[in-house]
Amino acid sequence: MQTAAQIPHDVSYLDYKGKYKGIFAWIFSTDHKRIALLYMFSMMTLFLVGVALGLAMKLELIAPGRTIMGPQSYNAVFTVHGVIMIFMIVIPGLPAVFGNFMLPIMIGAKDVAFPKLNLLSWYIYVLGALLVIASVLFGNGIPDTGWTFYAPYSFKTGTNLLPAIFGAFVLGFSSILTGLNFIVTIHRMRAPGMTWFKMPLFPWSLYGTAWIQLLATPVVGITLVLVSLERIFGIGVFDPTLGGDPVLYQHLFWIYSHPAVYVMILPAMGAISEIIPTFSQKHIFGYKAIIASTLAIAFVGYFVWGHHMFTSGMSGTAQYTFSILTFIVAIPSAIKVFNWISTMHKGSINPDIPFLWAVTFIFVFMIGGFSGLVLGALATNVYVHDTAFVVAHFHFIVFGGVGFAFFGAIHYWYPKMFGRMYDKAWAKMGWAFFTVGFLTLYSPMFYLGMMGMPRRYYDYLPEFHAANILSSLGSWVMAFGLVIVIINLFRSAKNGPIAPMDPWHGKTLEWTVPSPPPVENFDEIPVYGEKDGPYNY
Amino acid sequence: MENATQHSDPHYDQEASKLGMWLFIFTELLLFGGLFLVYSIYRFLNPEAFRLAGEELNLTIGAINTIILLVSSMTIAMSTSSLQKKNKGLTIFLLEVTIMLALIFLINKYFEWGVKFDHGIWPGSQHLINDMSKGEILFFGLYFVMTGLHALHIIVGMIIIIVALNKVQKGIVNENRPSLLENAGLYWHLVDLIWIFLFPLFYLIH
Repeated sequence: MQTAAQIPHDVSYLDYKGKYKGIFAWIFSTDHKRIALLYMFSMMTLFLVGVALGLAMKLELIAPGRTIMGPQSYNAVFTVHGVIMIFMIVIPGLPAVFGNFMLPIMIGAKDVAFPKLNLLSWYIYVLGALLVIASVLFGNGIPDTGWTFYAPYSFKTGTNLLPAIFGAFVLGFSSILTGLNFIVTIHRMRAPGMTWFKMPLFPWSLYGTAWIQLLATPVVGITLVLVSLERIFGIGVFDPTLGGDPVLYQHLFWIYSHPAVYVMILPAMGAISEIIPTFSQKHIFGYKAIIASTLAIAFVGYFVWGHHMFTSGMSGTAQYTFSILTFIVAIPSAIKVFNWISTMHKGSINPDIPFLWAVTFIFVFMIGGFSGLVLGALATNVYVHDTAFVVAHFHFIVFGGVGFAFFGAIHYWYPKMFGRMYDKAWAKMGWAFFTVGFLTLYSPMFYLGMMGMPRRYYDYLPEFHAANILSSLGSWVMAFGLVIVIINLFRSAKNGPIAPMDPWHGKTLEWTVPSPPPVENFDEIPVYGEKDGPYNY
Repeated sequence: MENATQHSDPHYDQEASKLGMWLFIFTELLLFGGLFLVYSIYRFLNPEAFRLAGEELNLTIGAINTIILLVSSMTIAMSTSSLQKKNKGLTIFLLEVTIMLALIFLINKYFEWGVKFDHGIWPGSQHLINDMSKGEILFFGLYFVMTGLHALHIIVGMIIIIVALNKVQKGIVNENRPSLLENAGLYWHLVDLIWIFLFPLFYLIH
């Protein structure tokens, strides 16, 4: 065990030489900052695989009929794309990377409450990812059920589904442990004087997220166990030939998986709530309203799962109850958008890269949100259910929401994490291509869905051709933008100009420590006074 | 401490570890909550079949196992308080008793399941599928899943208690740093509590 004297405070966490060398200095490290980067690199790798699969699907859809793959391959591609993107990227995304890195610093702590458990969570994450990859590489056939593993097909299909289901279960376990760690960290380790209502909004959003992770994930865990046992032994609970009910699977699945949508979006909203005040140089408008709406989303989000199942067979009462609750959960999101816009009002706006991503986030998030109301209304839902409209909606929310927030967050915190600044001209070009590509890719799918093009088919009728060409072209532009963004970030980590401590003039605690932060984060634990607050501009 | 980037003041926060354990217990309750939900739905849909199938279970073994788990909960609680009273020998003895009781529970479970297998009842067995109603198939499906998952928790609990016992022996867990033992106790009470619900649901309700 080392004593305080042995860790010098002027050595950054990147340069610190511990007991282990090379890669072991990373994969045996319990430093929350190194674990955050471990998550970031593993996610970036998996993300590129998911993107490649997405591009393959768009290429298949560039013309009717078989273009590059047949129906079975297409089913496998959208399944693996979904499993990777949902379970490995957007659910853990912001909490595991920026939550791990920034949460302790933003609340003035030296690490999370359970550093070893934190490292264990990453191991479990990698194990889950490897299991899913194993289901692709081995066995007879790549999983083809879609990422939802719906019964009864999930125990009838001959493909190698078990490792994928077990992988999703294991990834859920990683998510639970991260959530548990964050809740305890926020409860026990805030800096002296930092009361709940002086805590910055990103930690607040992580707090709401952590509770959802903790309370919803076990339910999908047991559901996945049950569907696996159904597949292995035939216990009967989801198998109609043995007396079970496959619709019950859908209920149990969405009881988790709808709150999981808020696990994705709440930290994204939290990151946006940090970026907007910094680049407007103004106190966040309606600080408490944003917290209240975070908690409201986390709470009401539990009671809307039925809106995934309007055509699965539910009573009329259940249908309109879920529909009304779905409309209610839109209100807190709208409150947040209102607060962000009001924060910009009369602020001294600095339209730098993170701000561009944040504003684009608000734009695509609103399109996604409004199309969500179309899907939440019973009459229109029946019309567009299981069409490309749904695909467009959740890519606007999940990829548009989480993706834009993630890139906004990484451009915002990059100088803090790596101590260097990226090339802003390239970053701006990457953002522009990405945004144009994104809108070209997904907007036509709203139209296609309204016209009746079903989702999850490798083929379509000739009248959908023109819009599909546009969409596929968009996917290339977006991928081009993505490549620019990633190359720029990678190159700058070594060669970029040295970044100052507070390049954006932010006021939260992470801007009071050197860039990159020292191993211990703070020389002295900061103390919050009576007048201090996270957004005192 | 074996880690590369070890923090200079690895602080010991008893409150934090207890809070973490309680949160973990929430997740366990929700895990079983999903199963209880499935059970109640199918019981509601097949009341007669569930009653018939329930009579097949051995009430005596179930009752004995309930008593065993309740006593083991008592012994582990006593071990915590004897650690506070700095009575290391008694703590170790009580933990050993707890482990023994858990083992007896598992042996009973083994014989109970064995009898079912002898009768040709296991998930997906021909006897179950050909000769029994759908409600009975569901009952036994849930019976094996829920008691099986519970038995798995007993095994995990035993491992945790063995680790705690080992650390008490080495003095790493002592009256000033009792968190690991207390958390092991909390976990064991959870395992006990789940059985307290499983027992009436499967064996008693008619």
